[in-house]
Formats: sequence, structure tokens, C-alpha cells
Amino acid sequence: MPDAKMSSGLSRRMFMTASVSAAAAMPLVNSPTRAAQPASAKPAEPRDLSAVSMRINKQTYNLALDNRTSLLDALRDHVGLTGTKKGCDHGQCGACTVLIDGKRVLSCLSFAVMNQGREITTVEGLASTDGELHPVQQAFVDHDAFQCGYCTPGQIMSAIGCINEGHAGSEDDIREYMSGNLCRCAAYPNIVAAIVQARDEIRRA
Amino acid sequence: MRPFVYERPTSVSAAIAMASRVDAVRVPPTGADTQFIAGGTNLADYMKLGVAQPDRLLDLNTLAEPALRQIRINDDTIRFGALVRMGEAADNVDVRRRCPALADSLKFAASGQLRNMASLGGNVLQRTRCEYFREISWPCNKREPGSGCAAMEGSNRQHAVLGTSDACIATYHGDFAQALVALDATVEIEGPRGRRTLAFAKLHKRPGDTPDIETDLAADELITAIEVRLERWSSRSRYLKIRDRESYAFALASAAVALDMDGETVRSARIALGGVATVPWRAREAEDALQGKVLDEAAAQEAAEAAFADARPREHNAFKIPLGKRTLVRALLETRDMKG
Repeated sequence: MPDAKMSSGLSRRMFMTASVSAAAAMPLVNSPTRAAQPASAKPAEPRDLSAVSMRINKQTYNLALDNRTSLLDALRDHVGLTGTKKGCDHGQCGACTVLIDGKRVLSCLSFAVMNQGREITTVEGLASTDGELHPVQQAFVDHDAFQCGYCTPGQIMSAIGCINEGHAGSEDDIREYMSGNLCRCAAYPNIVAAIVQARDEIRRA
Repeated sequence: MRPFVYERPTSVSAAIAMASRVDAVRVPPTGADTQFIAGGTNLADYMKLGVAQPDRLLDLNTLAEPALRQIRINDDTIRFGALVRMGEAADNVDVRRRCPALADSLKFAASGQLRNMASLGGNVLQRTRCEYFREISWPCNKREPGSGCAAMEGSNRQHAVLGTSDACIATYHGDFAQALVALDATVEIEGPRGRRTLAFAKLHKRPGDTPDIETDLAADELITAIEVRLERWSSRSRYLKIRDRESYAFALASAAVALDMDGETVRSARIALGGVATVPWRAREAEDALQGKVLDEAAAQEAAEAAFADARPREHNAFKIPLGKRTLVRALLETRDMKG
């Protein structure tokens, strides 16, 4: 793909690189976007970049993205947060699960541009700044709730959503409400045990 | 994926004005240049696969009208705004108490993540997951009218046995729609030519010779609400879904049942079938077979036979006929045993 020159003079590739290293401080780039455009400007073209501003793990990111970019690709390729995994990329496996405004969703099926102003939480945003793990992360370690680990970030984010929704009341409920997260290593019994532990710990807190 | 323009209308009237076109009534929404997106769980997937190719997406999540996001329940109706998410409706305690079939049809659909994303308006409009529709290298009359149907002689285990045509045997995979069609729901639709209310049963069109035309909607019309009247049978209603695995799979066969009982006798029955038909399928013949009967296993079996009398199997999906009958028998008996 040719580098689209942006009006600031930065090339698209340079912008992306810059957005990874200095994303939190990045000012909103004056790019040709539909969403940010006054009505008098020329009509939008499909290949125009759109400006989108999101809070990701409590930091503000101002990005200029092709409209086709999924939230998953924005997180991994534009922001540099590769903890969220791409499994099927079609909403069938759950590996890309993140929280948007506290609710678990599939980042592969969400166009990034549709998340203007939203609060995104990824697995990188769970541990406290001093390194203490989130109760769900700790429970996954305690119960060896993974083998290869590829589905684990999605499992953990989904488990947090499941507990917050009040759908982790019984082991049957956990199996039903976690069914959107597939584990090819079949660590399911340990995942359920981890969620039971984390649920109880979160309830006590 | 084809590049597209992305816009954020701020009201229903703005959205339909932006989608308005002179030939809208002749263009199915799925074939229009400009399309609406809400949860995106179906559309984004089909855009990645090249099945859907809009040039312009209008994001409905920026619409300001609060009613679009509300569930309103009074003595005689449940009204769902079209942007209510599946998960919210499934978890609503009053929806569950007043009409269990609605809540269960949502609870057993998709996954927790998808239910948090998918809007109710979009859910009922979801497109088939026929493998040959999804993969654009195959001929498909629904995706490319006149190209043929690869499923007819292909691997058609997932395909429909009711409501099929020589052009298309793709299954309608939704769950919520089966409950809605059984319960005589209505949909409210807004478009540049005004507002209209449509029986839910008339929203989806059987494939016939034009499987590319899936609904009664014009390209510039928008579902704004879905309404279900609460009647004597609403609380005695159930949705039973049978799958290859116990959760997170499309139905091989499902049944939505609502019963109005006079003691042991059926005053009236409402029945819809999923997983086996090309559209949300109201089984009127089965309902008629039950009217005035004592609902025992024999009567349920007779109703199930009536429901599948016109079923037309292909090579790999004949099992859906006995499975569909057993699913309906079980759903009828379990619904009978609920407290009315």
C-alpha cells in the first residue's frame, strides 16, 4: 500500500511508528477525516483516514486510522499492545476479548473508528502499577488455567466480564457464559476453577 | 475488505435521510452502497469475507433518541428499542418473568461477548451462515443472483428443510426471531416515506426465486423498535435449542412455544421452529393440530408430524426432520409443565 501523505507532512508509516512510541502524548493530527470534518469540506473518500480518540488502559490515544481497521488491529499494530490476541478474526474464538466501557466484547468485530470516546481495557491494563496481578490473572496462575497461553488474555478479559455481569454464580453458569472463549488445549476445568477462586476473591473485596 | 466511508448520524431522521435514495424500495438493504451498522457482529464479519461490500457505513450508535436504548414493559406490552443489546434484554428480570421464551432465545444465542455487542434490530436481520454464502468463490443465488446454489448438491448438513426453494436452502440461524414470530411481535420501521408497523412474521421473506431479497425492508429504512404484546400465554412460554455442542453454536433444531391452557386442554398454541427453516418459521399446522386437545405425548407427536409434513430434505440434512420433531415434542411437554 503506498504511504498516504498526511496533511501534517508525516507519512502514514511514520505516523504509526510515532503513535506507538508517543501515543499518550500524541496531539490529534489534522488528517482528512470525515468524523472530524466541517460540513463545508469536500465529501469523504473511502480511503480517507479517520481520527479516533480512545482511552486505552487509562491513557488517551489519538489515532488516524483507515476505517477498515478493527479495534484488535488498532490495539496490536497501531498502539503496540500485543497482549490481545488474534485467533480466528471472525468472532468465533474469543481470543481478542477486551472490555469496552467495562463490558466484554470481541475487538476483531469492532471497527476501531466506532470506538470514539470509549474506555478500552486490555490485559495489559489489569495489573497494578507495582506489578500486583488482578485477581483473575492470579487465579489463572494458581490453577494452571492454560497450556499454550494463546487464548489466555481473552479468557481473562472474558472472565472479568462474566464475573462483573453476575454470571459466575455456579460452575454450570461459568461454563455457559464463558462458552465464547475456546481453548484448543482444553484447559477448561482449570479455567472454571480459576474463575471460581477469582469470583470469591472479588466478592470478598 | 473494500474501503468505505464512515459517518455518524445523530438522529433517526438524519440516518434515514443519509441513506435515502430514489430507488430504495427496489434495492435490498444488503445490496445497498450505504448500509447501517450497530453491533457489527454480522456485518463486520461479512465485510471481511467480501460477502458484504458497502461503500459507506452509517453508525447507529451515535443516534441520540433514548427510546432506541430502552426496554419498556407495562401491563400489556414489552417494547425493545432497536439498539438494546442482546445481553441486556436476556438479563432483564422482567422480560424473563413475563415472557421466558424471549429471554431464553437471547440467552442461548451467540456468546457473552457477542450478546454485549449485538443490537436487537441487527440480530433479527442477521444473514445466514450457509458455508457457500460465506465463501465468495462458490456460486450462491443469495449472494450473486443467478449464479446457482452450491449447497444443493454440496455439504448441506446445516441447511433448511422447510421454506426452501430450488434457488436456496440456506437456514435462518437466529434464535430471538423464533420467539418473536411465535409471539406475534411487531416491528416499527422508519424511512424517508414515513413510519410503518409491520408484523414480525412479514419481515423475513422466503427465498423463492429471489433469495437475495431477505426482508421487507427498503435500503433506506431502519427498524427502531420491536414490540411484543403480553397475553395469557406469554408467561407459559419456552425456547428449546438443540445444538452440536451444548453452548455457543447455531441450532440444529429449536422450538419456541407459548401455550394458553385450560387445565389439561390447549386453548391455543403458538409455535415457531428454528434451525430447520429458511426464515423464522411459524408452525401453524402444528398449532391447529393442538387446539382443543389434551396435551399429552401423543398430541405433541401429532403436532410435530404436522409441523414437518412439508419438509424437503437434501442429502445430509434429513436428520433434522426427526430431530426437529423430537425438539418440538419436548418443548411442548416442558411448556405444558410450566406454571401459567
